[in-house]
Amino acid sequence: MPLDQARTELSTTEEARRQIEICNACRYCEGYCSVFPAITLQRSFSDGDITQLANLCHNCRGCYYACQYTDPHEFQINLPKALAEARTESWERFSWPGVFSGLFQKSGVALAAALIVGFAALFWAGQALRPESGEGFYAFLSHSVMIGIFTPAFLLPLLAIALGLRAYWREVGGAPVRLAYLVRAFREAARLKDLSGGVAGGCNFEKEDRYTNVRRWHHQAVMYGFLLCFASTGSATILHYVFDMPAPYGLFSLPKLLGIPGGVLLTLGGLGMAVLKTRGEKNLGASALWGGEMAFVLLLSFTGASGLALYAATGTALVGWVLPVHLGAVLAFFLTAPYTKMVHGFFRLAALVRNAQQT
Amino acid sequence: MSALTETVWDVVVVGGGNAALCAAIEAAEAGRRVIILEGAPKTYRGGNSRHTRNFRCMHRGPLSVLTDSYEEDEYLDDLLRVTKGNTDENLARLAIRTSEQCLPWMEAHGVRFQPSLSGTLSLGRTNAFFLGGGKALVNAYYNTAADLGIEVVYEAQVAHVEIEDGRFNAVEVEIAGGAKQRIEGRTVVLASGGFQGDIDWLARAWGPAARNFLIRGTPYNRGVVLKDMLDQGADSVGDPTQCHAVAIDGRAPKFDGGIVTRLDCVPFSVVVNKNGERFYDEGEDVWPKRYAIWGRLVAAQPDQVAYSIIDSKSANLFMPSVFPAVEADTLEGLAEKMGLPAEKLRQTVGAFNAACREGNFHPTELDGLATEGVEPQKTNWARPITDPPFYGYSLRPGVTFTYLGLKVDETARVTMDGRKLENVWAAGEIMAGSILGEGYLAGFGMTIGTVFGRIAGQQAAQGAVRGENSHAA
Repeated sequence: MPLDQARTELSTTEEARRQIEICNACRYCEGYCSVFPAITLQRSFSDGDITQLANLCHNCRGCYYACQYTDPHEFQINLPKALAEARTESWERFSWPGVFSGLFQKSGVALAAALIVGFAALFWAGQALRPESGEGFYAFLSHSVMIGIFTPAFLLPLLAIALGLRAYWREVGGAPVRLAYLVRAFREAARLKDLSGGVAGGCNFEKEDRYTNVRRWHHQAVMYGFLLCFASTGSATILHYVFDMPAPYGLFSLPKLLGIPGGVLLTLGGLGMAVLKTRGEKNLGASALWGGEMAFVLLLSFTGASGLALYAATGTALVGWVLPVHLGAVLAFFLTAPYTKMVHGFFRLAALVRNAQQT
Repeated sequence: MSALTETVWDVVVVGGGNAALCAAIEAAEAGRRVIILEGAPKTYRGGNSRHTRNFRCMHRGPLSVLTDSYEEDEYLDDLLRVTKGNTDENLARLAIRTSEQCLPWMEAHGVRFQPSLSGTLSLGRTNAFFLGGGKALVNAYYNTAADLGIEVVYEAQVAHVEIEDGRFNAVEVEIAGGAKQRIEGRTVVLASGGFQGDIDWLARAWGPAARNFLIRGTPYNRGVVLKDMLDQGADSVGDPTQCHAVAIDGRAPKFDGGIVTRLDCVPFSVVVNKNGERFYDEGEDVWPKRYAIWGRLVAAQPDQVAYSIIDSKSANLFMPSVFPAVEADTLEGLAEKMGLPAEKLRQTVGAFNAACREGNFHPTELDGLATEGVEPQKTNWARPITDPPFYGYSLRPGVTFTYLGLKVDETARVTMDGRKLENVWAAGEIMAGSILGEGYLAGFGMTIGTVFGRIAGQQAAQGAVRGENSHAA
């Protein structure tokens, strides 16, 4: 009958829909995360519904280990995988320009190549555009050159992501956004509620059916580490332009007070995520993306670590080497961001806003 | 495997579901060396407990996720209603009373409950729902068992329980289809379920119609240990011809379909047999209260199949079904797609529609909207089937469990010819007939399994010490 027909003929979206309809008839998992209460709102699921549910899923895997219909049962439920595949397909669909879609998601080698290009660009800039005078970093790379490189390298990816989010919002049938939806979505994202396993005390990512919060904590370290680093750079920009206080900054300055803990969190969190990735069952995620995802968390970690190394090297001749390495990593990170796992944060947030509208 | 056969285990637990795990954990926490012999492979471990969802629990005030109170007498009344008094009141009260202390015990051993339930069943007062369902509970207990050093052997089919002079010595077991091995123990807890997985046994009890039944739960409950014990003269309870059967989606798998195969459309439908004839009042009472009787009703129809037919007015009034309905723009078209006689179906539905009258329709309560002048009458929710598209679901009997089992006392001890066996206890579905003589009460199977599993484990732990001493002396 319909459920055991050859599933190889089903598209990713159709396969996710097949599984979601079984979940909707069962409903044992409703306490794990936001996906299941959202499923129960409907009886039939459009492609946009599948995209929304797929981006709401945090791949905690609690539902998989609780499910009585997993392989070898003929229903063959593996919802974390089905949603992961639908989710990454949606990112490819929404990515702009489409020529890069999928490249850095899947391929760790491509991301490594981007990193090398980033290094090369900065070493070249360091040699070719070396300033005649300057203090601190600016002895090696002038402020105007840095701005010249990083302003477009920051704004263009943001534009690409914004276009992707607009396409997402259209596909899932999103309504106008109100403040209350944003507040709820940001609050849920801030504590990674959907990785908490409801009352279970964490997720089932790396120790099979045992619950732990380790992945949630590492993810939070990466998320808050990244945000602190971002705030550090932002505060430095403000100090530079508004208060006419150019770098370098001392230990008790705002950029350092934000940047040092941020760098530590990003470095350790990223490494932790990489280690956990080696322990999680590959077949419960989008296994084709494993390499790209691993390269992405390592790149994040490396960016944080090289930033800390740069601070440690302040005042030594090593700055000439460490500065282009760090800035090269930052450049590679920003330019590939619309096409790497980085986008999951934006789409997840959009999914949480949409979910706040619906539930 | 030699370590298994060379050891004399303190407690041998036969089975790997909820009751078995509760027994094993209790015995291990009392310091005993425990082995679990689970017949299923690891991916299918847990017996029917994999498919359960909740635990019915007495409580004198709010307790964990349970609201209000649910006291002994009300619980017992609920049980007496479904069993029509066919229960051992002494054991029933024991199970009910002990359930209250079981819930904190379950939480302390890794079981998580859902804070509140937004779904369709309003059981937040009487039943605590497992987060993730029964398999999550089973996983939690297996993790606890591993932490306690309990030996678990999967694909371990126990073929024979050696009992001599009222005393258990060993089990004969085939591991992963290998040769028979003998595993010795000082005590044994039998928690290996009922026999609904053995279709031949069902057919002997029920007649050939049972071959068309679907089994909602595990295919691994084949009653091998139960039969072995009965053959050796163990006292039994329950009627071998009885099993609990509900009407489920006729397209469900032969085994292991579990919860998703339920169909809640019957009260809003007309139900016909393969000849296109109605045979029972579809609106007798609220679903799921009447849910259980439809298994029997369908089992009595030709080829053990029936068809529930609704129109577009009712399509969204019940829980989503796992298989999509058969759909057609005309009744004749639907009949053709479902293999029913079209003209007869048109007549049956026509006669039903003509008997419907004006009135207020309330899908969630008994609305008294009954037919007039048609046999059988539909006493509630009777609205004409007129608005296309028309939808149909096939129904077949789905067996939940069997009632025949081992008779036990309040210490879960098994008796043979009226005499207590020295070191044999039973827990779970294999002895549930002692308390649940007929009918079913949601979440009560888990109550019996948890309460008697724990008792059996405690008793076996004590028995293992006594056995050791007597050997030493």
